[in-house]
Order: sequence, then structure tokens, then C-alpha cells
Amino acid sequence: MERLSSIEELQRLQKTLSQGRDPNRLRVRVCMTGCRAFGAVEVRDAFKRAIEENGLTEKVDIIETGCHGFCARAPVAAIDPYGFFYQQISVKSIPQIVRESLMEGRPVEKLLYKHPQTGQPIPLEKDVPFYKEQMKIVLRNCGQIDPTRIEDYIVRDGYLAIAKVLSSMNPEEVIGEVVRSGLRGRGGAGFPAGNKWKFARNAPGDEKYIVCNADEGDPGAFMDRAVLEGDPHTVLEGMLIAAYAIGASKGYVYVRAEYPIAVVHIKRAVADAKAMGLLGQKILGTDFNFEVKIKEGAGAFVCGEETALIASIEGRRGMPRTRPPFPAIAGLWGKPTNINNVETFANIPPIIHKGAGWYASLGTEKSKGTKIFALAGKINNTGLVEVPMGITLERIIFDIGGGIPGGKKFKAAQTGGPSGGCIPASLLNLPIDYDSLAAAGAIMGSGGLIITDENTCMVDLAKFFLSFTQSESCGRCVPCRLGTKRMLEILERITEGTGELSDLETLKELAPMIKDASLCGLGQTCPNPVLTTLNYFLDEYRAHIEEKRCPAGICKALIRYEIDPETCTGCGVCRKACPQNAISGKTKEPHTLDQSLCIKCGICYNECKFDAVKII
Amino acid sequence: MSEALNLSKVEQVLSKHQREEGALIPVLQEAQEAYGYLPEEVLRRVSRRLRVPMSKIYGVITFYAQFYLTPRGRHVIKSCQGTACHVRGAKGVLESLTRELKVEPGGTTEDLNFSLETVACVGTCFLAPVIMIDHDYYGKLTPKRAVDAVKKYTPKSEKKEA
Repeated sequence: MERLSSIEELQRLQKTLSQGRDPNRLRVRVCMTGCRAFGAVEVRDAFKRAIEENGLTEKVDIIETGCHGFCARAPVAAIDPYGFFYQQISVKSIPQIVRESLMEGRPVEKLLYKHPQTGQPIPLEKDVPFYKEQMKIVLRNCGQIDPTRIEDYIVRDGYLAIAKVLSSMNPEEVIGEVVRSGLRGRGGAGFPAGNKWKFARNAPGDEKYIVCNADEGDPGAFMDRAVLEGDPHTVLEGMLIAAYAIGASKGYVYVRAEYPIAVVHIKRAVADAKAMGLLGQKILGTDFNFEVKIKEGAGAFVCGEETALIASIEGRRGMPRTRPPFPAIAGLWGKPTNINNVETFANIPPIIHKGAGWYASLGTEKSKGTKIFALAGKINNTGLVEVPMGITLERIIFDIGGGIPGGKKFKAAQTGGPSGGCIPASLLNLPIDYDSLAAAGAIMGSGGLIITDENTCMVDLAKFFLSFTQSESCGRCVPCRLGTKRMLEILERITEGTGELSDLETLKELAPMIKDASLCGLGQTCPNPVLTTLNYFLDEYRAHIEEKRCPAGICKALIRYEIDPETCTGCGVCRKACPQNAISGKTKEPHTLDQSLCIKCGICYNECKFDAVKII
Repeated sequence: MSEALNLSKVEQVLSKHQREEGALIPVLQEAQEAYGYLPEEVLRRVSRRLRVPMSKIYGVITFYAQFYLTPRGRHVIKSCQGTACHVRGAKGVLESLTRELKVEPGGTTEDLNFSLETVACVGTCFLAPVIMIDHDYYGKLTPKRAVDAVKKYTPKSEKKEA
């Protein structure tokens, strides 16, 4: 890897690389990140073997990519230049894919994704409904390139935005461009990124810092993991541009230790960028210097809050402090610091490269560009989707997400993790942007989108989030430390069937107190899941309290399992699986469940193939 | 642990991070990597070399979920409690593991074979409900399949009687 000593050298390298690429070359793009859990390594090895056996080694490249997005169909791979899309690939089908797609240039019909409504096989990745409705800006390289090869990034216009900045823009012009783009912080609160940069730029001090917040802690969000794993250089380039704009010479990436592949890829990216003179001293032969260090988190949700994150980098307990002073004035080691999250930084290179006007033309009036959502929960197409701001919830869930599995009814979408809220079916046509979500009582947050169906108990879900925030509360301020505890106790009572109607009033009274008086974002937003469920699903709360009934059949104290003698075939699976030996019966005769022994673990319910175990 | 601790490993870690700002957390992370947990003797050495009082070190260790003051099992089971896992039945999975291993979340089995932990989210929501055993993912679990996965890591001679 040769060090680039000028901007022209980078531009020349980019040209040479892109001219050297044969657009008609055969390539197999295999997801090697999220799909690993479904055997991506075996899939890659099988492709390698089959390609060798057919003497194609010289003709075909296997690209080990990051996430393609369609995690529900893992493991996935695509065949270029055709764009054939294969999903849920089994190792034994690979020789056939190699023969027919790589050697003969046609799709293997029986292995293709089938249109969920028409059943028609869809050969091309771009025609699959899950991909068709998306607009990939941040994820433009994810699933396309090998994230461990810096050349792969450069060939797709990588580092040309920083080259443009260094050769033709002063810091104020860069900030002006980001302000005009309308980009808002993707970490949760949606603060305008350009303004944040301006504060750090104007803060007095000769030493300043850039921090990339990759402590993606919201349960149910995994877009930052995918970006770091699949396209780490775009994050570094975004940080470089920000560093130039505010006048920083040092930066940190604070990444969750729970994301081992992301840690490896970002470290590799930093080392490669340094070797090429894209990080370090005298970047591309200019007077601009910027070093990046990686800090691994140690497992504390609250470290996603910027002042807590700073404390953690400094080697202390990650507890937030009062603001002001904001980090832009006094941040890391007391110096002016600009903190953005992974997705925000990843938006910067395209904004600079294509211009603020282009970016500002996407999205809604106040929410520009695209947003990545992590679709999960009771939805067919779990995975990552990037869509223009302003798209309706309905299109995300049904057109892209493929609706709810098992023909069940959609109940609510939970956005924004533990700080967000639940949006009911009546608001399915809500446009998804910062302001509409806030008006509905939820927040955009980092983009987790958990879908629930009729079998999800909303009281239980509210309790789930509150027990999360309660255990992650750092304990520094009273409203959060004690307030979450009291709210949680009330929700526990309600789900155990000992709640009273007056509890609902207490919840409504506590929530605004915690919101108004807490020190940081964790406490200020943690009542949202309770407030939105109380608002939209009050009858579920009332059923738990007044009728001692859990309509979704989830809260254990309020349900019991019974075996329906009509449906039971006496197969004995539940009897053998029951850890309490609470089920008895002769083979081929209906079984019975002894309620006095049952601990309601639900194993029999899950194991029965005939739906004979009922929740009463 | 009867044998004396080999303190050269922590010395190595310390010299690597000498004079680094905010070194405490990376030092603790790497020391734990080397010893499997954070023994008191190691912490005393860290305290002396970094000139950070023990009280402060304990403050940091007990704040972050990742640090352990007691030895952990040969295999670490992380049961994901994220939102997607929750709505797809993570609670039942965790309960079945607790029953099978006879250990509460956060604990280690008597034979030191397993540590059972809960984790807020491992970011693989498409696998929900998911557990990780060491570095392997087991996804789309039922309570029974979770127990089956764990059994693969049980030493053969110690399999529990039917």
C-alpha cells in the first residue's frame, strides 16, 4: 500500500482503479457479517470450492461484503454483473449456482426469491420488493464492497469528498454546506449537524476533538454495526471532513465491545487509511493532520449519552453531567469536542460529493435525506432498510417489511428503543420524520423499529423498556434513579394482577416529573414507552387491572395453559419436554396438564405441533 | 486458585498503555482478557502503576457490565434481552437456561463450565430470540432448543441424569 502524497495522486489512483475494473467481470458478493450466524463462512467456502472445481478461479472474484440488509433471508449472496439474488442459500445448492449463473449466465429459478403475493420468482436483487422501495445513500457500499479493502472504497468515489474539501473549500464553507443540506443528527435527538459543527468551530481553543459515537445501545437497533462492519471508510471520511471543519487534529471512535466484527473492521480501516496517508500527519500532502483512535466500550447503555461517553473515554465511570457547558465548548479532556454518531458521519461524504442541494431535495421539509431503520420483531422481512424521510409507516412495514408473519394482525410499531414510543395501527399512514414521530409521542431515536402483533402485551412491553432503563440508570440523579424504580414497581403489580386503577394516575403523575427533572436523555425520555402505551392501549391496562386478564396471553400471573383434549393427538412431545413432569397421559390418548405443578414456562405451548396447548 | 498469579501478563498490558490518557479502561479490558477475570492482586498492580486509587478502580469495574471480579465459566452464555428477542420469547429462553444450569443470570455453574449472562442486545435482531455461547450465535430459539444448544458444550461425563 503506497502512501499518497498529494490530492492529485489520490484522484489519479481513483481513476486508475476504476478504469482497471471490468464492469463485466464475474463476481460473487457474499455477506460475511450478519449472515455468519446462518453459515456464511460455509457458503463462501463452498463457492470457492465449486469455482475451483470448474476452473473459474481466474475469472471470478468472491467479494466478502458487509450486510445486504435482507437479514431474514440469510445467508444471502448476489452474482454480478447480472445482479442475480440468492437467499437462504444452502451449501449443496452452490455447485448449481456456479454452473448455471456463473458459467451460463442465467438464474437458477428454483433457488430464487419468490414474490410473497404472486409467488413469481424474482431473479434480480433490484426487483425484490424489499430492495426496490429503498434508497441507499449511507448503505450505498454495504453489501457491494469488501470493507477490509480500502481500494474497494476508493474505486466507488471514496475519499474524493475529503479531497474536494482539502483542495477547494475552507472550513466555513464545509460547515455551510452541511447546514444547507439540512442533515440532522442520526443518534436520536435530531439536532442539526451543521450547527453542532459551528459551535465547535467557534469555541475558543487550539486543541479540539472529533468523537464518533458507535456505542449503539438501543436494543433493536443494528444499523451502526452494519455500517461499521460493511463500510468503515465512509465513517472515517466523514470524521475527517468534520475534523477539518472544526479544526480538530485528534479523533476517537467509541465502539461497543459487543460488536467484534465492527471493531476489527474499523481498526483495519484506520490502519489502512494511515498507511495511505489519508490519516495521520500531512494528509494528502496538505497541512491537515488528523489521528483516530479506537476505544471499546465496556458495557453501559448510558455511555451513548455524550457527556457519559466522554467520561468513559477518559477512563471514568460513564456518568452524564449537567450541560452546559456542552461538549462543543468543554468536552473530551475539557477541550471543544464534536460528537456525532456513525450514521451521521456516514452521510457526510455523499453530501460533500454530490452537494447540499441534492441532499436537501430528499426527504421532508424539516427532515432531509434518508434514514436507516432496523426492522425486527413480528415482521416477515427483518433486516436493515434505508428509506427517504417522510415515507409512511405502512409502506415500511407492509411494502418493504412484507407484513406480519402467520397472518397475524399488526398491533403497534415501537420506534426509538427505550426512549421511544409505540405507534398504533390507527397511525399507520404517519409519515416517518423527526417531527411527526415526536407529535405522536414517540421519537425517531437511532432507528430501531420493532413490530408487534396481537400476541404482544403492551403493558408487558412498557414494563420491559422500563426495567431496561431502570437497570441502566447510572444513579446520579434522583428522578431517574428512583422514579424509574417506582414506575417499574407499578407496572410489575399490574402485570401480576394486583394493580389498581389509581396506579394509572400515579404513572401519569410520575412520568412528567421524571421527564422534566432528569439530568440526561436517558431519564428525560424513559417514560415515553409507558406514556404512549397508556395513551393508545389504555384498555389493555384496564383489562389487567379490572378483569385480571392479559388479552395478549403473555403475563404469566394472569394466564394458564390447558391441553385441548379434542386436538391433542397424544404424541407425547409435551410430556417429554415438560421440565416439571406436569403433563401426563398415555401415548395416542389426550394428555392432561396438572395446574398445581405447572410453572408456565411455555415449553409445551411451543413444542406442540398440533396447537393443542391453549393459553386461557 | 491455589497457584500464584503470574503478574507478568498485567505488566505487559501496563507497559503497552504507559503514559496513555484514559488508560484505565483499556488496561482493565486487556487484563481481563489475559486472566479471564480481574483478580485483586492484578488490580493492586494496576492501581500502583497507573497511580489510580483502588476505590476508583472498583468504581469503574462495578459500573460497567463487562468486568468480572470472580472467575467465570469455561463457556459464557449470553442471553439476549433486546426488544426483538423480548417480543419473540426471550424470557422463556432465559428461564429454561436458568432451570437447566441451576444458576441465576450473572452466575457461574459450580463446575465452572458455564457462566450465564443477560445482555441488552447483541444487534442480531433477525435471529430473535438469540443466545451467544462464546462467539457462536444460536438464533430463532425456543426454550427447548436453547437447552439443546447449551448441551453441546456440556462435558460428556457430566450429563445430567434423565
